[in-house]
Amino acid sequence: MTAAAARLQTTDDNSRSSRLSPHLKALENEAIHIFREVAAEFERPVMLYSVGKDSSVLLHVARKAFWPEPIPFPLLHVDTGWKFSQMIAFRDQTARDLDLDLHVHTNPRGAAEGLSPLKHGSSYFTDVMKTEALRQALDAGRYDAAFGGARRDEDASRSKERIFSFRSPDHRWDARNQRPELWNLYNGRIARGESVRVFPLSNWTELDVWHYIKAEDIPIVDLYFARRRPFVLRDGMIILAEDERLELWPGEMRQEGSIRFRTLGCFALSGGIFSEAETIDDIIDEINTATVSERQGRAIDRDEAGSMEKKKLEGYF
Amino acid sequence: MSLDAEILPLDAEFERDADPVSLEAESGRRLRFLVCGSVDDGKSTLIGRLLWDTKSVAEDHRAALIAKGSKQNDLSLPDFGLLLDGLKAEQEQGITIDVAYRYFQTRKRAFIVADTPGHEQYTRNMATGASTADLAVLLVDARAGLLEQTRRHAAIVHLMGIRQVVLAVNKIDLVGYDRAVFDDIELEFRAYAAKLGDMAITAIPLSALKGENIVTPARENIGWYSGPTLIEALEIAPTAKASDLSFRMPIQRVSRPGESFRGYQGTVAAGSVAIGDKVVVAPSGQAVCVARIVTFDGDVKVAEAGAAVTLVFNRKVDAARGDVLTAADATPLTGRDFTATVVTLQTDGLKDGARLWLKAAGRMKRVRVSIDETYDLGVGRWVKSSALPVNAIGRVRLRFSEDALFDRFADCRDTGAFILISPQTNNTVAGGMIADLADSRGDIDEQVNLSLPRDLAEFVLGLPAVKARRSEIEVLPGR
Repeated sequence: MTAAAARLQTTDDNSRSSRLSPHLKALENEAIHIFREVAAEFERPVMLYSVGKDSSVLLHVARKAFWPEPIPFPLLHVDTGWKFSQMIAFRDQTARDLDLDLHVHTNPRGAAEGLSPLKHGSSYFTDVMKTEALRQALDAGRYDAAFGGARRDEDASRSKERIFSFRSPDHRWDARNQRPELWNLYNGRIARGESVRVFPLSNWTELDVWHYIKAEDIPIVDLYFARRRPFVLRDGMIILAEDERLELWPGEMRQEGSIRFRTLGCFALSGGIFSEAETIDDIIDEINTATVSERQGRAIDRDEAGSMEKKKLEGYF
Repeated sequence: MSLDAEILPLDAEFERDADPVSLEAESGRRLRFLVCGSVDDGKSTLIGRLLWDTKSVAEDHRAALIAKGSKQNDLSLPDFGLLLDGLKAEQEQGITIDVAYRYFQTRKRAFIVADTPGHEQYTRNMATGASTADLAVLLVDARAGLLEQTRRHAAIVHLMGIRQVVLAVNKIDLVGYDRAVFDDIELEFRAYAAKLGDMAITAIPLSALKGENIVTPARENIGWYSGPTLIEALEIAPTAKASDLSFRMPIQRVSRPGESFRGYQGTVAAGSVAIGDKVVVAPSGQAVCVARIVTFDGDVKVAEAGAAVTLVFNRKVDAARGDVLTAADATPLTGRDFTATVVTLQTDGLKDGARLWLKAAGRMKRVRVSIDETYDLGVGRWVKSSALPVNAIGRVRLRFSEDALFDRFADCRDTGAFILISPQTNNTVAGGMIADLADSRGDIDEQVNLSLPRDLAEFVLGLPAVKARRSEIEVLPGR
């Protein structure tokens, strides 16, 4: 019997009783509703999978939404070529374990030019390897809906984002002309070439995500947990020094300490924090007493005022 | 002196626990509320104060605020408007034009607050924020007293189905903490609200700027007030009442991963469903029994309102997205004509006889909208009308070309709410709430389904007479 066939015949009652609080269960129910709505209304949905903790939750909820059916759309990872190597290993392992239809896209132009966030600046690098690469991949797949794990509590410009976020054929986001969104009724009508970005975790907070990961025992990349790791201090950022692509600047030296990462992206752009949080409980305690926002370690958000909003207008997720 | 040193004494009573109670262990639902009022009433200050005093502003954001300077006041508080204005373009123009959602929590509860700013677009933004809210905070400037604006806000909130309100009488410090001023405003508001209908009201005298009765009680200055602070009122408020109706579940999607499995996916909108229950597929009326309630975490015996589940029946049945599974003894309102209340959301408003798409739980249907009345927010009366401008509230009749299914919005939000979508722009032009089934007026629009070869269909669609009424024609791709 195949695994899928076995799944279809399961009838054991409450084989795994849910440990979710009513609060988390309500968030999960809302996200499942959104997933199903998109799967029913759109022809070619895709789920953007960034390998981070929010993506891990998004993937988990997607599996729940359609079970026992496999996830009825592919996953897309935009790989800049500069991700933490642990992320890539985790990504490939997850795709194998869950039998996912995973597509990986890297901008061939940037790869051919040997674009580096260290040499060419985080802003230009992100434009080419993330924003442009994402547009290329969405166009190539002719996707009409793309799920993302963004939350409204992440950033001020995200706080006004819709759950169904309408995009023009050139993937632009018009903050002034967003569709009103009432109740749980999402308007998915689009013309050819237009698309929507869909954010099922809009109403989750960083703490909700961690509580959910704990309650549902969802695997995440080990970089989220504090371990003794080599790092370099650069412009006040703690950069992981495990990769030969990181060349030390004059006067810099490799240090070692207990560090972890609150968000994961390109290793050279994602700063770590000093932490002793080795378990999810430790992390939840740390966030409860944290006084610094989650994206603070992100180099790209600090480039200029309103940088996230600017990137979104151009089609960044 | 540092900013924090000046702020902290104000909310010293609200220190974070050394051992914070996690919401995981907390059983309460998150409360969603909206704050209604204008900048002049101190709305940004009130929301900013809630976030600030509940320690929901992270240090780097605090630092960024302080760096931008505080020109708003002489208390060395940051300009809370800067904290709330997310969009650069809005900051440049000094206006906010949309709905923003903020997240914060106390030891007892988590909250989502909808910040619904704007002046001209006020009704539309408020309706959007109110559609998902459990409660509304109505902000009044104690110096100005109850204004027409507050009455409008209360009317919109009530129309949108919100039944609990906090009347926040702000700037009470600027009237010398005068109890008589507060009492007069509360009394006047209660009298007005009684005309709207059922509504639970908590009135609180407070100062958002000084942080009095927001998170920290103002015992010295407002000793005559013994009620809750704003945050206490929010912590104990019940979430919106679940529907009293029997089982309802609109089918969102049919799952058929293989020949051996056919599951009906959806979220329970009202009541509950258990294995063995007899349910009816509306509108076809076929009756089936529930054989399994499937979830990722294993089959369950019962699913309550709000649960997203997959149902398997004891026999094959013809059911699709848009059909509603209901308790056998209590089916929804079924017919071609309904009355409804709508809020218009786009510049063009809504014209009498408009042909639009209507989206409701899992269904997209053609509808013709006739306008009967518009609500005059100024005088609080319904008046005859044949067109609705933007930001208007109207009573309309919906006419479908085939039977449609709804519940009254007052009975069940998920099966009584809808949005109207323009076939020309694909934008959402109105939000609506079903009032009741209406008598048919007789002149039913006959629909005929044609199936044509593609080239012939393109030719027919190109004919001038057909083009002129393109919005009435539905084209389905060939199978």
